[in-house]
Formats: sequence, C-alpha cells, structure tokens
Amino acid sequence: MPSNTTPAIAPDHASLDWPSRDPSLEGPGIPVVSFEGVSIKFDIKPVLEDISFTVMPAETRVILGPAGCGKSVLMKLANGLLKPDKGTIRVFGHDVTKMRETDLYRLRARIGMVFQESALFDSLSVEDNVAYRLHEEKVPPEEAHARVVESLKFVELEQAIAKFPSELSGGMRRRVSIARAIITKPDLILYDSPTGGLDPITSTTIVELVVKQRDVSHTTSLLITHRLQDAFTLAMHRFDPKTGHMEPIPDGGIDPSTKFLVLNEGKVVFDGSTDELVHSEDPWLKAYLS
Amino acid sequence: MPFVSPEVFLKERVQAIQDYSLLTGRAVANIFTGPHYWDDVFTQMDSIGVGSMPIVILTGFFTGCVLALQSASSLEEFGAISMTGNLVALSMVKELGPVLTGLMISGRNASGMASELGSMKVTEQIDAMRALGTDPTRKLVTPRLIATVFMLFFLTIVSDAVGIAGGALVSVALLGLNASSYFHASYRSLTYAGITQGLVKPLFSGFIIATVGCYFGMNTKGGTQGVGRATTQAVVVSSVFIIVVDFLVSRAMIGFFGSQ
Repeated sequence: MPSNTTPAIAPDHASLDWPSRDPSLEGPGIPVVSFEGVSIKFDIKPVLEDISFTVMPAETRVILGPAGCGKSVLMKLANGLLKPDKGTIRVFGHDVTKMRETDLYRLRARIGMVFQESALFDSLSVEDNVAYRLHEEKVPPEEAHARVVESLKFVELEQAIAKFPSELSGGMRRRVSIARAIITKPDLILYDSPTGGLDPITSTTIVELVVKQRDVSHTTSLLITHRLQDAFTLAMHRFDPKTGHMEPIPDGGIDPSTKFLVLNEGKVVFDGSTDELVHSEDPWLKAYLS
Repeated sequence: MPFVSPEVFLKERVQAIQDYSLLTGRAVANIFTGPHYWDDVFTQMDSIGVGSMPIVILTGFFTGCVLALQSASSLEEFGAISMTGNLVALSMVKELGPVLTGLMISGRNASGMASELGSMKVTEQIDAMRALGTDPTRKLVTPRLIATVFMLFFLTIVSDAVGIAGGALVSVALLGLNASSYFHASYRSLTYAGITQGLVKPLFSGFIIATVGCYFGMNTKGGTQGVGRATTQAVVVSSVFIIVVDFLVSRAMIGFFGSQ
C-alpha cells in the first residue's frame, strides 16, 4: 500500500504548552519511555517488582511473558492510568508518577493506546469512535471525517465506517481500535495484546498493521503479546509499500528496531534484542521459547 | 461472603466514603468549569426525564387513588369526608410525591447508571476514555448529575399533579364527593411551606440517585458479576439514602418554617 495512505494527521504537538516539559529530556538518544525500579502491588499481592527498562525513539518493544505476569499493568503504568507504589516512570521526559491527572490528559494526546478487548465505545459508531479525539479537540466535522476515512483505509476497514461495534467481529474491532489510536499520529503507541483471543489468520492481519505502522511511520511503540509467533513475525518481517503487504526480511534478517522485554512473575527476566533472546542461555527463557 | 477483620472492614468503609466524596466533589466542581458536555446532558435528560414519565405517572396516579380510598373511611368516622382533598394533596405534595418519585427513579436510573458505567468500567472503556484524554467524571458523571437533579424536580411536580387527579377520580367516582369541593379543599391545604418542602426534597434525591449510581458504576470490579453487584448496591444504597435524607430535610424544613 502506498505510504500516502498513512493518516496525515499532524497536530503540532511541539507547539503544545507542557507544564513541566524539559527539552533536554527529549530527542535522539534520549528514551521515550523509561522505567526505573518500578513496583506495584494490588492489595498485598506484588504484581510488578523493581522493573527497569528503556524504550528509545522509533523502537518497537515487544513485551512477552506468560499470562498474569503483569504485562497489561505495565502498559497502564506507562500511560499513567495506574500509579506505581515505588519507582519512576518517564514518558517523553515527564515523570508520569508525579503528574496530576489534568496534565496527564495533555500528555496522552501524544500517546495512542490499543486495548486488549478493543475498548470501543458501544454507543458510538465506528466513525465516532475513531474520531473521538478529534471531536474532543473540536476539529471541524469535514476535516474529522476525512481523517477518519484515511485512518480506516490504513486498517483497510473504510467500509465499516457507519457500523456500530456490536456489528463487528473481534478482528475488525481490534483494527478499529488501531485506527482510533493512530488517527492523531501519536509519538508513542501502546498495543495491549492486540492479537489476544483472535484466530491465527486475523492475528497475522493485526501484526501486519503493527509492522506497517512501524515501518511507514517509525512510531515508537510498546506491544504486549503472549504469542511467540506474533512476536517473531514482528521481528523478522518488514512492510513492503509496493505490494502493500509485509514480507520476511531477506536472508533471515531481523528488524533492528524491534527489541524484547520478557517478564515472569512480575520481574524482568530478559531485556535485549531478538538475537540475544534466541541465544539466551537462561533455562526458564529457553523453556519458555521452546 | 468471606469474613474480614473489623480493621479491614472499617478501612474499606472509610475508603468508600472518601472515594464517594471525591467523585461527588469533582462532579459538582465540573459544573462550574469547562468543557461542558451539553449533548450528553440533554441525552440524559431525555433518558431520565422523558423515559421515566410512564412509571412516574402510573405510580403517582394510583398512589393518589389509594390514598383517597383508604383515608375516606377514617375521615368518614369523624364526619370529615370532605377533607379527603386536603389529605391527598398535603400527603402527595409534602411527602409521597417526592419520596415515591425518588424511589421509582432510583430503581430505574440509579441501576441504569451503575450498570452502564459498570459495563464500561469492566470492558476498559473508562480507561480508554482517560487514554484518549477525556476526564470520565466530566463526561459521564456530571451530565447525569445535572440531568437527574433537573428532571427529578419536574417529575415530582408531575407526580404530585397526577396523584391529586387520581384522588379526585376516586373521590368523585367511588366516594360520591363533589369535584369542585375536592379541588377547593386540596388547594386550600397547600401552603408555601408545604410546597417548598415538597420541591426541595427532589433536589436532594436527584443528587443522591446520580452520585450513588455513578459511584457504584465507576468503582465496579469483577466482570459481569461485579456489574450485577454494583447495580443492586446502587439501588439499595440510594433508596435508603433517599428515605433518610427525606426525614432530615423534613425535620430541617419544619424547624425553618414551623409545622405548617
């Protein structure tokens, strides 16, 4: 698919007045997301313990781990939807653990999030769901409609614009959710298990969209999955704009911008590249990957 | 239901009161600051106000009917059957209209709010709203609060009116009273203090219905079972609050206006 199908949505984020923005904390070589010693527990049960990692600009960080290891909690922490008990989380240089909710709303204008079960608003049509943020920003209706169409074209779902979420399949809902997340061309995209609960063919379609977003827009992203095949498809494929589909990187190549973070029982057990992951000697990791 | 230590139980109650107070405070504060979601306010007014008209009319009408029927036999013993209009009008306007309307709206709308917001909560729609940069309290709670307080006031007036009309129908058709004397007696019984008391109560009831319904909805945990639990709790708590606050408001108004 030609690159001009990428949503041409470019609110001038740089012009937004951030109350605590420090320009020295943003730019090439400076992490977009950084976790430093983050811990959180629900009631008395620790969910994440002493988590530290960074995500660099244009990097796609795949978060792997068995069910219940705290992946979704980590994603919500990164978006400021939850507050940790301990540690610091910086997003675009802002310490989200210390920000007020009203300031977080402004920061989230730069972050797109795809939820595990899509989290589309039942009472709104696909168009209104995708345009939600534009409506909040009082974008004129004609411009909002054009951008919704463009965003839906990106996920190849423009025919569903007038439908309601209840009329869509699980895979279609997930694609609408991606369209909603990318419509404002965010600087960071958080994918919370975008392929969870989907059949293998639909999962591949979703992974293809993630690869397309990665290779066309080079957006920094965090992606949670517990499906190893999805993670490795992401690491070993690239998007071909001529055919409009993803294809394996020649000679068994690996996408350098895709890195892995593996969690187990709330702790980081691996943080590194695809190559380092497959050659790891850690017994638990070897068993998990096999 | 698992047993918990008294300490945990008390902490949970204090936490609940704190969360409820914070939610209520934010919802009220949002009325005075922008942005406002007026479309949502009018949608809720239609749903809560217009949608509740049938049950309010039926409840008010038959309450007026049965009040006239039951009171007439007692009044007849004292030769005061002509006072039926007084009794029906006074009871409806000061007490039964506000309380019964509050309870009916609580059953219909506190449950509706708790289940709707609870479903949104368990399907992560509330988190999605926050992730999209919208304050859920401003978007979901404040419009319901404004709409419920505003519409319950008028629904109570409708209930009072149809209750008096129901009493009139029974008095004329079954008790053989004169319609003119019934309405005259009704009119004479209504005082400024009585009407004020009857119109202040729905403001409190509306506030309770919206805040309690939204509180239980926004704090739903535990999937679909949690939504059911939140719905039940919202109706029970708001109904009890309405009756308790009705007593407190009545006492305060009597203290203010005297027992007119």
